[in-house]
Amino acid sequence: MAYFLQQLVNGIALGSIYGLIAIGYTMVYGIIGMINFAHGDIFMVAAFIALIAFLLIMSLGLTLIPLALVLVLIIAMLLTAMWGWTVERIAYRPLRESFRLAPLITAIGMSIVLQNFIQVAQGARVKPLQPVITGGYQIFNEGGFAVNLSNIQILIVVTTVALMGVFWLIITRTALGRAQRACEQDRLMAALSGVNVDRTISLTFVMGAALAAVAGLLYLLYYGVIDFFIGFVAGIKAFTAAVFGGIGSLPGAMLGGLVIGLIETFWSAYFTIEYKDVAAFSMLAIVLIFFPTGLLGRPEIEKV
Amino acid sequence: MSAPATSLSHRLQAALADALLAAYVAFALFCLTLGFKTVDSVGGLTLKARPLLLAVAVGGVFVGRLLLNLFWWNGAWKLPRLPWRPTWPIPAVGRYGADHGALLLVIAAVLFPILTYTAEKTFHVGLPLRYLFDLSILVLTYVMLGFGLNVVVGLAGLLDLGYVAFYAVGAYTFALLAAHFGFGFWMCLPLAGLLAALWGVILGFPVLRLRGDYLAIVTLAFGEIVRIVLLNWTRVTNGPNGISGIPKPTFFGLPFSPNGPETFASFFGLRYDPLHAIIFLYYVILGLALITSLVTLRLRRLPIGRAWEAMREDEIACRSLGINTTVAKLTAFATGAMFGGIAGSFFATRQGFISPESFTFMESAIILAIVVLGGMGSQIGVALAAIVMIGGFELLRNMQWLKVVFGPDFDPSLYRMLLFGVAMVGIMLWRPRGIIASRVPSIMLHERRAVSGRLVKEGHA
Repeated sequence: MAYFLQQLVNGIALGSIYGLIAIGYTMVYGIIGMINFAHGDIFMVAAFIALIAFLLIMSLGLTLIPLALVLVLIIAMLLTAMWGWTVERIAYRPLRESFRLAPLITAIGMSIVLQNFIQVAQGARVKPLQPVITGGYQIFNEGGFAVNLSNIQILIVVTTVALMGVFWLIITRTALGRAQRACEQDRLMAALSGVNVDRTISLTFVMGAALAAVAGLLYLLYYGVIDFFIGFVAGIKAFTAAVFGGIGSLPGAMLGGLVIGLIETFWSAYFTIEYKDVAAFSMLAIVLIFFPTGLLGRPEIEKV
Repeated sequence: MSAPATSLSHRLQAALADALLAAYVAFALFCLTLGFKTVDSVGGLTLKARPLLLAVAVGGVFVGRLLLNLFWWNGAWKLPRLPWRPTWPIPAVGRYGADHGALLLVIAAVLFPILTYTAEKTFHVGLPLRYLFDLSILVLTYVMLGFGLNVVVGLAGLLDLGYVAFYAVGAYTFALLAAHFGFGFWMCLPLAGLLAALWGVILGFPVLRLRGDYLAIVTLAFGEIVRIVLLNWTRVTNGPNGISGIPKPTFFGLPFSPNGPETFASFFGLRYDPLHAIIFLYYVILGLALITSLVTLRLRRLPIGRAWEAMREDEIACRSLGINTTVAKLTAFATGAMFGGIAGSFFATRQGFISPESFTFMESAIILAIVVLGGMGSQIGVALAAIVMIGGFELLRNMQWLKVVFGPDFDPSLYRMLLFGVAMVGIMLWRPRGIIASRVPSIMLHERRAVSGRLVKEGHA
């Protein structure tokens, strides 16, 4: 039981990170219907930006950790948003009216570019960071096996829930959110009604990248080690999560992230760690057989 | 005369403002990622500032954007057409030349090893034959994979991001059969194709109901599952260490070995030359690629090929007309997978060693990129894209001279993948419908003629 609870805690923390990345996929997919393959690498770039910003702030002599982290978060969100915007501007906007596979190929190309840019600029070695947030609570003790809830796990879950709330409000309550939903339904009609479609799409990428930046920082703090390749695996998992929950649906992305995180953690804990990805991917295939548009996705209504 | 002058300065001003904006963006992007390098040191990571590099990068963006603004995008203020601007002859050839172009390409491919080999043996010019042939074999392997994937993506319109799985199935089929039962290459070739086709159907079943990108993610997941299983099922696949000692193909039973009772060289009374085996491999893969191409072209005229194309254009209309889309989808997956498996089996025999490392998602992405960049309807386009991407990628290996420019610490091989990605994005932006953007429809009323790729959803017309 204690072991189970501990895995549950770990799974939720991991799932929250996946969920944050998955939102970026799902928002972009919802609005322009493309798989933004470079999103996982945006997350990786964000983790690097956060690492460098943190080291920079430390070396400037700011030792108050919470303040430093807030600063790092702001810097990482701003700069990563810039990356998201640039990628969209260079690689996707010119192909807006092209056929479905063209932006997919540029997205894969951008993913290669970002990965190798970081490899060239920062080296291929893994970058370790000493634990910044330590400590935690023992919530449960059963026969010597303690269930620990570390502070970083609390931070991850709280941040994720707060951000989910904020983004939910943005999408449902603000003019920008209304514009986004309008573009999602019918881009031409939205444009005719006075929505600046290009700007809305750009802002969607900016929002997705900012969330990826939060995920990158949390990943860095949680695992304490990053390299230029983390974006690929995390990206595929997060995309799987987005599809799992029903791509285009914000709560679906979060739910999918949690499910994927939990499957992975429990499979590693109770079965073999090598096949955890196989478990997650097989689960995806099985779920899609019964729910072809994901758990919370709306069925596509097709008109001929 | 004042009007042009003001518009000139105005234009310059606009260009400067735009370039400045681009420079700001570049600064924001690069200030941390390029401006500082993380260095391992005793007490953990430390930072090393690189202001010069940052300045060069931002300055480069500024100057580049300014020049683009002034001379490239600005129609009115254009210099006489730049000599290095690519004027691509192929789309203009379209209707008539495509067939002949293909024929020429095939003839060139057939003659290439004979000519270079004879030239080298006669004149001793010092051609790096071994390297040339190896490179051509690599390119042709990708051409074949591109043709195979084209059946799934271009003809049937099913986005497959896990094509490399079938490649892996083919490679491992041959490697395992050869290692455990001593089967030869020629016997395994059809077996590998069949087995890969079977796997295509196995993948096809669960994804029958899925559309578009749901399908894409499941195929991607399938590719990853196959790779992870190959990596971890050590008892059978030898895990990350891979399988080595995979036999080479024989020429109708004659091995290419320096000595033995009856070898290729002794049978034909030739002096043994290790290049014979490589030239043979070249012709094997050329033949396989041509067969794939021919089969695809013929399939397009069969009812099943028509069904694929109809399904790609509109699945509901297709079903309403009584076409069995289940059969169409499964056969498309199976056919594509079969060619992938055969190519995989060839890959195994050529390398003599395979490991899961060769079958990553990146391979799938590269094959898909070749298909799309080539212009999915066009066989010759796929071939050209494979030559440009794989061949060009290889050429970057030989850029040691750049060390003279950038100093001895410069490692050009690091930049290969970066340039590969840039090229992928660049070609797609430059020609969104692929290098060859015109299509010859499979079916027409009166006469054959090429149409723009824009008229079809994707792939062939």
